[in-house]
Amino acid sequence: MRHAQLALSVNGEAVETSVAPYKTLLEVLREDLGLTGTKHGCELGECGACAVLIDGEPQLSCLVLALECEAREIETVEGMARGAQLHPLQAAFADLGAAQCGYCTPGILLTAKALLAREPRPTPSRIKEAISGNLCRCTGYQQIVEAIEEGARRMDDERRR
Amino acid sequence: MNVVGKPRRRVDGRAKVTGQTRFADDFALPRMVHLKLLRSPHAHALIESLDVARAQAHPGVHLVLTGKDFPVTFGILPVTQDEYALAPEHVRYVGDPVAGVVARDEQTATEALDLIEVRYRPLEPIATPEEALAKPEPRIHAYGERGNIHRLQAFQFGDADAAIAASDHVFEDIFFYEGNTHLPIEQHACVAALDADGKLTLWSSTQVPHYVHRALARVLRMPASQIRVIATPNGGGFGGKTDICNHELVAAKAALVLGRPVKICLNREEVFYMHRGRHPVLMKFRTGVTKDGKLTGMHLQTLVDGGAYGSYGVASTFYTGALQTVTYELPRYQFEAARVFTNKPPCGPKRGHGTPQPRYGQEIQLDKIAERLDKDPAELRLAMLAKPNSLTANWLRIGSIGLEQCIKTVVERSDWKNRYRKLPQGRGLGLACGAYLCGAGLPIYWNKMPQSGVQLLLDRSGQVTLFCGATEIGQGSDDVLAAIVSEVLGIDPYEVRCVTGDTGMTPVDLGSYSSRVTLMAGNAAIQAAQKLKSMLAEAAAEDLEVAPERISFANGRVSFESHSLTFAEAVVLAEAKFGTLGAVGSYSPPRAPGKYKGAGVGPSPAYSYTACVVEAQVDPRTGWITIPKIWIAHDIGRTINPVLARGQVEGSVYMGLSEALMEEQVFRRLPPKLSRALVHKMPSLLEYKSITSLEMPEMDTVLIEDPDPNGPFGAKEVGQGPLLPVPPAVANAIYDAVGVRIDEIPITPDKVMRALEKKAKGEAPRVGPERFPDVPYPQPLIVPPAWEGGDGSEVKRHDAAAVV
Repeated sequence: MRHAQLALSVNGEAVETSVAPYKTLLEVLREDLGLTGTKHGCELGECGACAVLIDGEPQLSCLVLALECEAREIETVEGMARGAQLHPLQAAFADLGAAQCGYCTPGILLTAKALLAREPRPTPSRIKEAISGNLCRCTGYQQIVEAIEEGARRMDDERRR
Repeated sequence: MNVVGKPRRRVDGRAKVTGQTRFADDFALPRMVHLKLLRSPHAHALIESLDVARAQAHPGVHLVLTGKDFPVTFGILPVTQDEYALAPEHVRYVGDPVAGVVARDEQTATEALDLIEVRYRPLEPIATPEEALAKPEPRIHAYGERGNIHRLQAFQFGDADAAIAASDHVFEDIFFYEGNTHLPIEQHACVAALDADGKLTLWSSTQVPHYVHRALARVLRMPASQIRVIATPNGGGFGGKTDICNHELVAAKAALVLGRPVKICLNREEVFYMHRGRHPVLMKFRTGVTKDGKLTGMHLQTLVDGGAYGSYGVASTFYTGALQTVTYELPRYQFEAARVFTNKPPCGPKRGHGTPQPRYGQEIQLDKIAERLDKDPAELRLAMLAKPNSLTANWLRIGSIGLEQCIKTVVERSDWKNRYRKLPQGRGLGLACGAYLCGAGLPIYWNKMPQSGVQLLLDRSGQVTLFCGATEIGQGSDDVLAAIVSEVLGIDPYEVRCVTGDTGMTPVDLGSYSSRVTLMAGNAAIQAAQKLKSMLAEAAAEDLEVAPERISFANGRVSFESHSLTFAEAVVLAEAKFGTLGAVGSYSPPRAPGKYKGAGVGPSPAYSYTACVVEAQVDPRTGWITIPKIWIAHDIGRTINPVLARGQVEGSVYMGLSEALMEEQVFRRLPPKLSRALVHKMPSLLEYKSITSLEMPEMDTVLIEDPDPNGPFGAKEVGQGPLLPVPPAVANAIYDAVGVRIDEIPITPDKVMRALEKKAKGEAPRVGPERFPDVPYPQPLIVPPAWEGGDGSEVKRHDAAAVV
């Protein structure tokens, strides 16, 4: 099958590439663009490990064809930090034990980021609802929920400063 | 202490939140090609012919491998080398690999799989342990006890039957614990490549690079020194990556043949079929109790569904009874176990390895005992706790026990005394306990070498590099090692660079299984760090003109009173004095007191203890179960990093609860025209139900510190033990809520409804196995406990009466 041209924005940078047209966004990110921070656990839309932001909305990149993303804004975990400085959510996840093996972490971070963009100070039950499509086998979720709350607090503090 | 016990970001925390942790499937090497495996669609069959010509001719295919390329068997245990990388003639479960195709990409390899023509002669599949006992033919394996019985074990530690018969009360209960699987979110993956010097390197998501290393040398018939296995950080293990995997061997062989990197990543369905997870176990407990609630004896029988291969099964079978003695005083104990082969994916070790199943039975039976004796279940347990520094009937040496404090903690925090048996109908509390190993006393391959080694290198910049074979599977083993070394040397843990899980670079550590890393690698790390510390002290003492023993190490400084050097300055002085600075440490567990045949499974340098209270809400109209809160207290000995320790406890609670309520690795038989193949009922993450953030209850987690003299700074394990009490505590809570006993796992609403219907009809309000089949257990090995004059050895049958 012939490759197709694709132009999109990834983590704020314009990217032009040619990809096999059957490839998912997940495959293009990982295999063509070398952005292996986005993970896969099933490639069937069941685990949430591959979640990325498309135009700010969390989407399962294993269920999206790359060609559907023409001209759209993609954000992956690689785009979260500002320079060498971790995003407040990333820092809270690292500090509070929300990442054990770290495999589900990128998908949950981006899902949480989208939540906080809509609701800057969500309750624990809203957080649990937002990440209910992201499976984590390590933590039992409690430290993840706490880290998202803490990330929200830190983002609030930053805004106030 | 400056580092140990302080909550901290883990040393690899930044990598994990930036997506920079490199998992096996993140590797892409120049000229890399891709492997896919063709798997058997039959549960049990002989291969009559296998034609790969069309696959080989398919454009883009580089290589097709079959069973002919792998004449040598493998297996994790020396006694069960019963697997082939690719089955040459006999397939034993749906999913057994028969061929491998290497092609330019996954898609091409997958296309070529369809072009391989295999003619099978189906054999009758053996679906259940009952069938395996009843049908010696067709035999799944040519070895084993007989027919389809893989292994039989029987031990008598004192005449338990006589003690039970003479008891005030006798309890006999049958329980069933369904199998379930690890479900790590990372699917198994590996990349094999030849180095520039022609040696083989395998990067793999494995918990046991040392055993993979051994198996590669055996199967590829190469010197082990030509092979390097690097365990990539695992995206979750839970025991699912502790076996040697077919795909690792096939990828390595393909890389050797092709001279280019070969990669494979299993898909989710393949991970379900590779399995090696929790064994389904049927159990019968016969227990004698005095009227004041002391155990007089226990006779435990287990029947273990092994699946199609040996895997860790012999050890798992021992573990279905080995640890029943370490929580409560049990003067006499008889344990009989059988593992059978069935035509399903092989079972192996999952978090708790063989012990959650009998723990489920034991802790529910204690709840029944407490009710019959009209005692509080917490008080009943507190009055029968095993003693610290004691020997058990089956010759395990117990060191510290923090279980009393664990029970008292969860009782107090859950307001047990005011709420147990007093909550409104539909709501209940249940209590249970558990215990687990801190590493196995004996290695899989018996030898006199250490089970764990650590090497430290000190650079004159002050940087410390730690080398250890321990494998980071998410549990935080790198962080534990960095914390321990930095505590000894008085530096910041982030100054320690960890190089781990690499057989080409690191001293052997047997791997991340049986909760061994903190205790064993931790002790090795202390030993190595102390050697360096004394060299640094000696050099600094010269400079500061004091005796070396007066030098202290803290906060990155090496000091005597107000005089101090930076750590790096001390290193420079020591390097000038002693030459290049490095040190090694190693750890071998203490010798176990048991000497009988079979005494090798169960001993550990220390045991961790846990108590748990679960609150359950049951809807009597639907049987629906919700769990609002769980209180858990775990005797960890000493906490190295509370953030990570809490995560291990809570992750264990989650996994135990998920097993208790919904997870099951179960199979259905296809119709005869499809050779009655046994296929997984739900090999996907959507249908294999596991708890999400929405069902997860609030957890109240307490770490109890009762330092064990064998642990590094007193530390014991925390990764597996806390799972054990959760399932029985759920069952006991459901009984308190609606008065029905669910004596099997998982506890689903339909079972609760069935039990409620029985209760309404006046029948026994119980759902669970009704009978235990006749298992041809052998005559037991007679091993008298110490208090009956035994010395840890078995006695000859005709001498047995004399000793007792």
